[in-house]
Amino acid sequence: MKLGFSPEEEAFRAEAAAWLSAELGGPFADVRGLTSLTESPERRRDWEKRLGEAGWSCVGWPRDYGGRDATLAEQVIFAEEYARAGAPPRLNHIGIELAGPTILAFGTDAQKARFLPPIARGEEIWCQGYSEPGAGSDLANVRTRAWREGEDWVIEGQKVWTSLAQFSDWIFVIARSEEGSKGPKGLSFLLVPVDQSGVTVRPIHQITGEAEFNETFFDGARTGAANILGAPGDGWKVAMGLLGFERGVSTLAQQMGFRNELDAVIVAARANGEAKNPLIRQRIAKAEIGLRLMRYGALRMLTDAEGGKLDASALTYKIQWATWRRDLGELAMDVLGPAGETTAGRDYAFPALPNLYLYSRADTIYGGTNEIQRNIIAERALGLPREPRGDLK
Amino acid sequence: MHFAFTDEQAMIAETAKAFFAEQATSERTRAAMAGTGADEALWRAFTAELGLAGVAIPEAEGGVGLGMVELAILAEAAGRHVAALPLLASVGLAIPAILAGGSSEQKARLLPRLAAGELVASFAEAAPGTTSSDGTLTGAALHVPHGARADLFIVAVEGGAVIVERDAPGLTITPRTSMDQTRPYARLDFGGVAAEPLADPAAALAAAHATGALAIAADALGGAQACLDHTVAYAKERIQFGRAIGSFQAIKHRLADMMVAVEQARSALYWAACAIDEGSEEAAFAVHAAKAFACDTYSLCAGEMIQLHGGIGFTWEHDAHLYFKRARSNANLLGTPDWHRERIAALAGLDQAA
Repeated sequence: MKLGFSPEEEAFRAEAAAWLSAELGGPFADVRGLTSLTESPERRRDWEKRLGEAGWSCVGWPRDYGGRDATLAEQVIFAEEYARAGAPPRLNHIGIELAGPTILAFGTDAQKARFLPPIARGEEIWCQGYSEPGAGSDLANVRTRAWREGEDWVIEGQKVWTSLAQFSDWIFVIARSEEGSKGPKGLSFLLVPVDQSGVTVRPIHQITGEAEFNETFFDGARTGAANILGAPGDGWKVAMGLLGFERGVSTLAQQMGFRNELDAVIVAARANGEAKNPLIRQRIAKAEIGLRLMRYGALRMLTDAEGGKLDASALTYKIQWATWRRDLGELAMDVLGPAGETTAGRDYAFPALPNLYLYSRADTIYGGTNEIQRNIIAERALGLPREPRGDLK
Repeated sequence: MHFAFTDEQAMIAETAKAFFAEQATSERTRAAMAGTGADEALWRAFTAELGLAGVAIPEAEGGVGLGMVELAILAEAAGRHVAALPLLASVGLAIPAILAGGSSEQKARLLPRLAAGELVASFAEAAPGTTSSDGTLTGAALHVPHGARADLFIVAVEGGAVIVERDAPGLTITPRTSMDQTRPYARLDFGGVAAEPLADPAAALAAAHATGALAIAADALGGAQACLDHTVAYAKERIQFGRAIGSFQAIKHRLADMMVAVEQARSALYWAACAIDEGSEEAAFAVHAAKAFACDTYSLCAGEMIQLHGGIGFTWEHDAHLYFKRARSNANLLGTPDWHRERIAALAGLDQAA
């Protein structure tokens, strides 16, 4: 058991930090410190391309597909330095963290060669078509249909909560490809271009006033017959494999963002004297501890994953970070008081901490609600009986 | 970076797990509870046969020469069974104090015998008003873990740390009826008793506090995991309303929350152990975090164990109360979770100017 890094790894850290500092202190100074995913999308796209050119976009991927073959420790280091440098959240995070790893795991050589390099070069942005109006927590209740017509798949139906679809070039979709099938059977995992007449993206205004999420309608949308991951009917298996990647190295970058948010709460508490309030001190200390435990939990998870066996403790990660961040939002507002409830401009757009308070209500819902997470932990990790299914439509 | 046990550490963990599962049975623990709170046969097996009391003592000083990770592994395994052993007193507190703050002569005289289990030591925080002068100690210490079983004491007193021997004239040891009978307290009264100063008291106390907090956190993790495991097993077999109670979400979700806490406590403990072993600048922070988080987790899990077992969990016959009482003792010893969090608040820079 060892937490420290080797001199070679520290040299890698210095190289990454120097590159990031030069870019974000120079040509990309305008994207430094951005937090919202929807701000300055064109410059975010340029930043994706710059990362790709320099080989810093997908450091853990094989070189053949535009990566850098970085070791696990190097990936951890890069994630840390990326956030430390104030680099913005990745516009293509769904491509890099979800689509790419899924294609690496389930794709054919031809699919890998077609789809991975454009993600690494920042040329193709991806989004995720999972949830539907009738398939939220009960994700397998998908009704979007897909069928073959000549050399194409044709898709009909509606997805919802498609984060960043308005900036995306591709969407991966789970759709029912076997007529009359139910639940997880008969689904297929399709890769579909967004820019076509059969796809309509409509933004959803959320409680923060922003519109990061969308409804995406498929009305005779088409994609080539080759753009299916796994065999027809294997969509659920591929989709569940992907959920495993949601717990990868990216969690460490996410945590560095959390670090910045907690620092902002501490700065606010020192500024208005709440830092002397013993109750606030306890809650800040709890947040500090929780943040470290996410980090070391993630390092355990990554070490296990490298050894090829992901421990059941990995199942606890989502509820941990989501709840931590929701608590942080509440703590931020308790520190700020009424000052946190007003904003300077005329637009309904709040600064980072009040925005976090609102936004973090999504964290305990998307990607499996806290309640679904508890079912998963109870059933898969603790072996308790499964929830019975009802048959109401 | 490799945040998982090495093969050797995994082997130690397996061995320790099997050792305590076989020997630290409920029957033997309950027999020890009626006496000094120490299962003597278990202590002999742990020390003389396995040689493990000296786990973190260098080989040159008569120990095994391993570190905090291995010490945590052992304390976690013992905690899983609420083992009735003076493990915290001797291995978690007194030995580190002597190792870090004793003179060469004191170390040579005491450590090999402590490592072999021939001597049991404990650690006492002297009550306010206790004074030490000219090699004597006058005053008292009110809550000394396994105090009635110990052969010698490291006493933290204002301005120093001293060794007091059990048989020294002027020392009165009064066993206290203690809520946790597997780690009972004794009261010590010092009536001008002979007290031998440790060479470097500051180092001794710092080491005792850090290692002791780590050992408690490890005990708490093992105990919390046991509470979870026993309660999951019970929820699968207990039938009410024609179903296993573990099929109700009201129960499943509470068990899931216990597991979330236990896994975080595990990260906290081994992070802290590594941080001490590697001399990381995060070590103090990590020990406070591990002590606070693991103790809270144990309190949560032991309380839930009673609640989810229903009436049987409230009986003397069931082991749930052993965990519940150990969890309370762990929370109070060496600073409550709130106290440790207040230290973290200070380390997090809350007292810096705006």
